[in-house]
Amino acid sequence: MRTSKLLLTVAHRLAILAYIVVALFPLFWLLKVSVTPNDLLYSEGVRMWPSRATFEHYTFVIAHSAFPTFFKNSLIVAGSTAIAVTILASLAGYALSRFNFRAKYWIVALMLITQMFPLVMLVAPIFKMLSPLGLTNSLTGLVIVYTAFNVPFATFLMQSFFDGIPKDLEEAAMIDGATQFIAFRQIILPLTLPGIAATLGFVFTAAWSELLFALMLISGNDAATFPVGLLTFVSKFSVDFGQMMAAGILALIPACLFFLLIQRYLVQGLTAGAVKG
Amino acid sequence: MASIDIQSIRKSFGTFPVLHGVDLTIRDGEFIVLVGPSGCGKSTLLRMIAGLEGVTSGDIRIDGKRVNDLAPKDRDIAMVFQSYALYPHMSVADNMSYSLRLRRTAKEKIASAVGNAASKLGLDPLLERRPRALSGGQRQRVAMGRAIVRQPKAFLFDEPLSNLDARLREQMRAEIKKLHADLRATSIYVTHDQIEAMTLADRIVAMHAGVVQQVGTPLDLYDRPANLFVAGFIGSPGMNFFEGLYVVSGEKAELRLANGTVLPVGKRAGIESGSVATLGIRPEHVTLNDQGALEADVDLIEPTGFGIIMHVTLHDGPLKIFTLDRSMLNPGPKVRVDLPLERLHLFGSDGNRVD
Repeated sequence: MRTSKLLLTVAHRLAILAYIVVALFPLFWLLKVSVTPNDLLYSEGVRMWPSRATFEHYTFVIAHSAFPTFFKNSLIVAGSTAIAVTILASLAGYALSRFNFRAKYWIVALMLITQMFPLVMLVAPIFKMLSPLGLTNSLTGLVIVYTAFNVPFATFLMQSFFDGIPKDLEEAAMIDGATQFIAFRQIILPLTLPGIAATLGFVFTAAWSELLFALMLISGNDAATFPVGLLTFVSKFSVDFGQMMAAGILALIPACLFFLLIQRYLVQGLTAGAVKG
Repeated sequence: MASIDIQSIRKSFGTFPVLHGVDLTIRDGEFIVLVGPSGCGKSTLLRMIAGLEGVTSGDIRIDGKRVNDLAPKDRDIAMVFQSYALYPHMSVADNMSYSLRLRRTAKEKIASAVGNAASKLGLDPLLERRPRALSGGQRQRVAMGRAIVRQPKAFLFDEPLSNLDARLREQMRAEIKKLHADLRATSIYVTHDQIEAMTLADRIVAMHAGVVQQVGTPLDLYDRPANLFVAGFIGSPGMNFFEGLYVVSGEKAELRLANGTVLPVGKRAGIESGSVATLGIRPEHVTLNDQGALEADVDLIEPTGFGIIMHVTLHDGPLKIFTLDRSMLNPGPKVRVDLPLERLHLFGSDGNRVD
């Protein structure tokens, strides 16, 4: 009995370990290459860690490349998209969760349909639409496109969080003297913070790492986001792996910071059901 | 405080009707209990008074003013929910003062109102806590406190004690009664628990399938149930029923059951000889008597501590008897019983009471 339980625990931990190794190995490799000096990159063969580590790629990327611009652009685009999507999705998710209106079924169906097409199909039409509006090669255009593509999923995500909050609460608030909107803002929204954090995080990372639209809608370095910028390290004749990886590591930082910031609410979200409403 | 007037209220969800024309006048300061089985429409009626459900047709007036189209916040009523519906992210004090804060009441007034309500309900030491740190009974008290700080025109209670254990329910029941005696606030209380209905109500409204069955004082409903539904719903253990033919012979009348048994019943004016009728008698009114007219086989004895519930068979039909006589714990295989004439209820074939 006890040994079988022990075995089970060990097997469990091993399985998790295997998963973590597989998931994190690319990140480790990113780090390893980013600190490998150029002259050792091809000369040392496959090693887990270079015989000499260096930060020269980092200093180069920060001081001498357009990377800071890419970084700033990405931050603006991802941040604005996350905020815009979360506001829209909260309102839409609340409506879907609480109200019965005539076209509800069709709106949900339409939102699902938008999720069915491969993005590649839509690149050309969207370019055609944005171009006369002067929204190509602009961060605003990117924010609009990302917002449009992320709102449906985020809405369903928020709806499920609103569904988890008892209707009694806003009814109590409305009897206490609140309008439906005040009840939403003062009672329901504070209770959905975990959902809002999850949505913010999800949309932020999605917008942060999006390549296809950024590549098609942006030309030139001024408005390029970080995933597009990474491609500048690839030239016709060589790939600057060290700098590319260093830029990659730097690009991970905001995403990590962001999740550190909201993880308190994410954990709350996981345990929210434990307390009876 | 205010009176509430309900006139031919109907409610349908889509094409499905749940309330079929309810009329009810609630006097200022009265404690009304809506009672009935699940799905009878009692909660829907309460929610319509609160403004949480729309009215399909009919009028609701609070204090003489038609409120059909008013938002809940403009009706000046307070409601206690079954789930308590406390705001989880606010302290007890903030939960109680929320309605006053929404109305931009002065801070000193809020403090004194919350203080008063808290001391009335024994919540003083809990004011800074969050709802999750409270027991079920304490949460219930906070929900009550939230309702009384505002001194609304009426209190609505939607099965407020259903989530509590039996002991706590008994205690809170008494507290609600005391509170009502204290505040004399017009109250409408929904429950499926007939003990709560009997103990709390000035008047009970018994409902079934969206129709009001009887309105009256608790003892009215117990002593003179208007129909078979009320007779069966009020009282525990439930009333015994026998169906048969009502036959008059001279000055006497009797009920002839299908199995041949003849039960004497008093002669009634409201029913013709030869028609189908149902006889009802409460278990506590069946008398055990060695010289009793009827013989019954004992099936089962259920001691409740206070008394004994006996399940017996009377000429192929089941009969429940409630007695305080402890010697009936071992009654032997057969007992003799009487069904006292003055305790019999008779209902016509339409289910309505006949006198």
